Amino acid sequence: MRIEIALSIAGLAVVLALGSAAVSLLAVRFPKVVRFAAMPLTGLCGLAAIVAGLGALLSGGVATATLPLGLPWLPWHVRIDALAGFFLLLFGLVTSAIGLYGPAYVRGLEQGRDSLVALGGFTGLFLAGMLLVVLADDAFLFMIAWEVMSLASYFLVAFQHEQAANRRAAFLYLLMAHVGGLSILLGFGVLASFGDGFAFASMRAAELSPMWASVAFGLCFLGFGMKAGLVPLHAWLPEAHPAAPSYISALMSGVMLKVAVYGFIRLVFDLIGDVQWTWGMAVLAIGSLSALTGALFALMQTDLKRLLAYSSVENLGIVFIALGLALIFIGTGHPLPGALAFVAALYHALNHALFKGLLFLGAGSILHSTHERDLEQMGGLLRRMPWTGFFFLIGCLSIAALPPFNGFVSEWLTFQAALQAWQLESGVMRSLIPIATAVLALTGALVAATFVKVYGIAFLGQARSRHVRRARPGPWGIRAGQGVLAALCVLLGLFPTLVINLIDAVPRQLLGGGLPDAGSRGWLWLVPNAFETASYSAPLVTVLLIAIAVLVVWSLHRVGVRRVRRCDAWDCGFAPPTARMQYTATAFAQPVRRVFALLFRVEEAQVAREDGGTRYQIKIGDRSWDALYLPLARLVEAAARRVVRLQSGNVRVYLGWTLVTLLVLLWIVSA
Amino acid sequence: MAEILTPSAWLLAFVQALLFPALAPLLVGWVRKVKARLQNRRGASVFQPYRELRKLLFKEARVAHTASPLFRAAPSVVFVATWLAAATVPLLTIDLPTAVVADIIVLAGLLALARVFLALAGMDVGTAFGGMGASREMMISALAEPAMLMAVFTLAMTAHSTNLGSLIAHHLGDAFVLRPSYLFAFAGLTLVALAETGRIPVDNPTTHLELTMVHEAMVLEYSGRHLALMEWAAQIKLLLYGVLVANIFFPWGIATDPAPASLAIGLGAILLKLAVLGAALAVAETVLAKMRLFRVPAFLNLALLLALLGLLSHVILEVGA
Repeated sequence: MRIEIALSIAGLAVVLALGSAAVSLLAVRFPKVVRFAAMPLTGLCGLAAIVAGLGALLSGGVATATLPLGLPWLPWHVRIDALAGFFLLLFGLVTSAIGLYGPAYVRGLEQGRDSLVALGGFTGLFLAGMLLVVLADDAFLFMIAWEVMSLASYFLVAFQHEQAANRRAAFLYLLMAHVGGLSILLGFGVLASFGDGFAFASMRAAELSPMWASVAFGLCFLGFGMKAGLVPLHAWLPEAHPAAPSYISALMSGVMLKVAVYGFIRLVFDLIGDVQWTWGMAVLAIGSLSALTGALFALMQTDLKRLLAYSSVENLGIVFIALGLALIFIGTGHPLPGALAFVAALYHALNHALFKGLLFLGAGSILHSTHERDLEQMGGLLRRMPWTGFFFLIGCLSIAALPPFNGFVSEWLTFQAALQAWQLESGVMRSLIPIATAVLALTGALVAATFVKVYGIAFLGQARSRHVRRARPGPWGIRAGQGVLAALCVLLGLFPTLVINLIDAVPRQLLGGGLPDAGSRGWLWLVPNAFETASYSAPLVTVLLIAIAVLVVWSLHRVGVRRVRRCDAWDCGFAPPTARMQYTATAFAQPVRRVFALLFRVEEAQVAREDGGTRYQIKIGDRSWDALYLPLARLVEAAARRVVRLQSGNVRVYLGWTLVTLLVLLWIVSA
Repeated sequence: MAEILTPSAWLLAFVQALLFPALAPLLVGWVRKVKARLQNRRGASVFQPYRELRKLLFKEARVAHTASPLFRAAPSVVFVATWLAAATVPLLTIDLPTAVVADIIVLAGLLALARVFLALAGMDVGTAFGGMGASREMMISALAEPAMLMAVFTLAMTAHSTNLGSLIAHHLGDAFVLRPSYLFAFAGLTLVALAETGRIPVDNPTTHLELTMVHEAMVLEYSGRHLALMEWAAQIKLLLYGVLVANIFFPWGIATDPAPASLAIGLGAILLKLAVLGAALAVAETVLAKMRLFRVPAFLNLALLLALLGLLSHVILEVGA
């Protein structure tokens, strides 16, 4: 496909997203229009984005266009290249699954009091905003699209605004999004003042001194890191993501966080250009911190959607660990391991979009069937919702980075990149990278514990509450949306080499070199460097696993006793266990909580109940609140108290202030 | 290495893969026998574990009413994943096609796959013991996995390879030098192996109805052939770690070519090494006491620290040497 056509199709995707927003306005009179028109348009928008993304990745070219929109002297520029294509593909895969999932989910809301106009309209704007961020080729359009994305998602977080917690989460989100946006704007300002103008092309050509390059890097790391939810700027994320409807959570976690990754890559690797290895150290450190903190806090949660949100902090941490490695390797002049780490980061971003999307849709279908988000009330859902249970299991195995699923591939690539640290000259870096690797390994194991907890508590065992006992499988659309994502998780795990050959266009275009050997042995083998040093064949591992399983089961049936008898659970001969006797999610996490006690702010209390018994209560707080946010909030409040003195309520005083301001401005302008 | 993907190499890999389930009960029997002698008992025959497996295979399996399909699938998944992980470890020869299919990180991943299904199976029936075992197993593994990977990465960075065959070949090709990094990695990996295979001082393989149990608590609800597969998988895992430690740190004797004579030497060498390791394990289990659960993190932190020290001493002292 010619790259210009890909750009037109990407434009079509934007139009479809806007169309879905416009159609939703009719929902004032006809609520069904969201289900029958807006959601299908969303799905088509996703498909168009997939086609455009694949076209851009396969052709490897670049296409630009100027739109007759915007300010007279500053028309909007759009551009599609391999990097944009990759993120369009990621966007499209999740969005088209949501196009399948959404209609059935929205149906449940048609009877409620919540405004479907707001839901459909802002979803469309949100999608269009994300697409335009990826397509923008000047800072002006980029910032407008960025703000559209942030504002639309603010309204989606505030969708169920009757609950005070949701309003609070939405406000925090708005605040953080704008602080981040401001930081990005300042970063663009630095770049634009060295280039001549706001178009990305002139920024790319600008020559920055190393000091100013570091300033620009710092500003955009702050801004995009805030949006990506990196520790310690993650506090908005676990509040905001669970508040929105479930498929919006999937979009926010799966796609919007990746748009932040896109912005980071676009600015740092493309626009700033000459990367410095010290930046890589900062990114590696923050990424490791995020990965570990996110994993630990995810393990402690009992609210399913909150748990998934914390797990996004962890996964974005892994993406930034890989990006940090890429910066270090490229900054010290080792392009090959740099490209490897870069590909690992992209692969993990794609994987996370798929499995986190899948898990949020799964949480949504549990919510749809049981109206329950609290793990402590679930149990035994596998037998009541077998398909959701099966797809959710695939999501859990993928996110826990187990072979042969997709999460394992990106973790394997990240480890392989980190193991190239011996090529570095500096002893400090050679020893810091292994420590980051240890953090990554610990994170992986904690994630496995987290998702054993989630799956074991929610889907296995016995139901812990009445409405969970009565759960029914969701409608087919809900199952199909999850099924698509689950199938993609398996495919990306089984055929990593094909995917990497596709992704390879991005480093080839952006860094000037990809992985030379990735596909050298055909699609069967994943070989990052040379066959002697490391190789992984996901198809063969899977074939062997299945072959041995068939062999074992068959021979057991031939040799052993086949009979299976149903009976009560044994449980060491005690009375048959009841649902109340099962391990709870809190109990499951208790050993780890004790081991890492220093990192949590734990409040334990025994509360007397009315019936004479006692209830054990535990609250696990985030230390970053005490360390960073509360002091900052107090500072702002103190400053506000000073400023309030200006507000006397007297018009003459206000006019006086205006006069003084004008005089000062005149003086500045004339001087 | 591509030339090792020949039919005869695959045949050898197949034979080697079959040796793991065949030899695993023997190692357990041997450890039990030595332990019995150390405790002034005669002990059962070293072939007793085979008889136990056979007995379980011919018994009717019972499944709780509350169990889901996952409960019945889990033993096969655990057994198959553990077996495939074992098949990637060079036992007799280093020219192993399965080591090219899956390197050491994949091996750790396959063991993690087995562990996740084991823990899920423990939680499936909804008894308190199962949840307890699963929770403890996941905590121990969360702390053990980084230590294991660090120990392995020390070796991988030395050999510039995560392929187990290349790694052992590199070590064999070296003149005998006592590298500090290898010593640290050896100590770290040994501690991890004790924890991961559920041996004293972390877990007690012979305990029942004790509040300290981990592995047994998870398989408490299993019977018949399901239990046989779970137990067999645990035995294979013990053998896997034994072979890993023996062949990585003491690779002498392992066959470097597929000639029958060198394969025979390889078999003799690994049996000898495993006998020594098994005896050492028996001695350790006799003189050590089982730890309290919340002492285990300190034990595993020690393992992680040793492994990290190994890695650091490699990247600081030995690079270029």
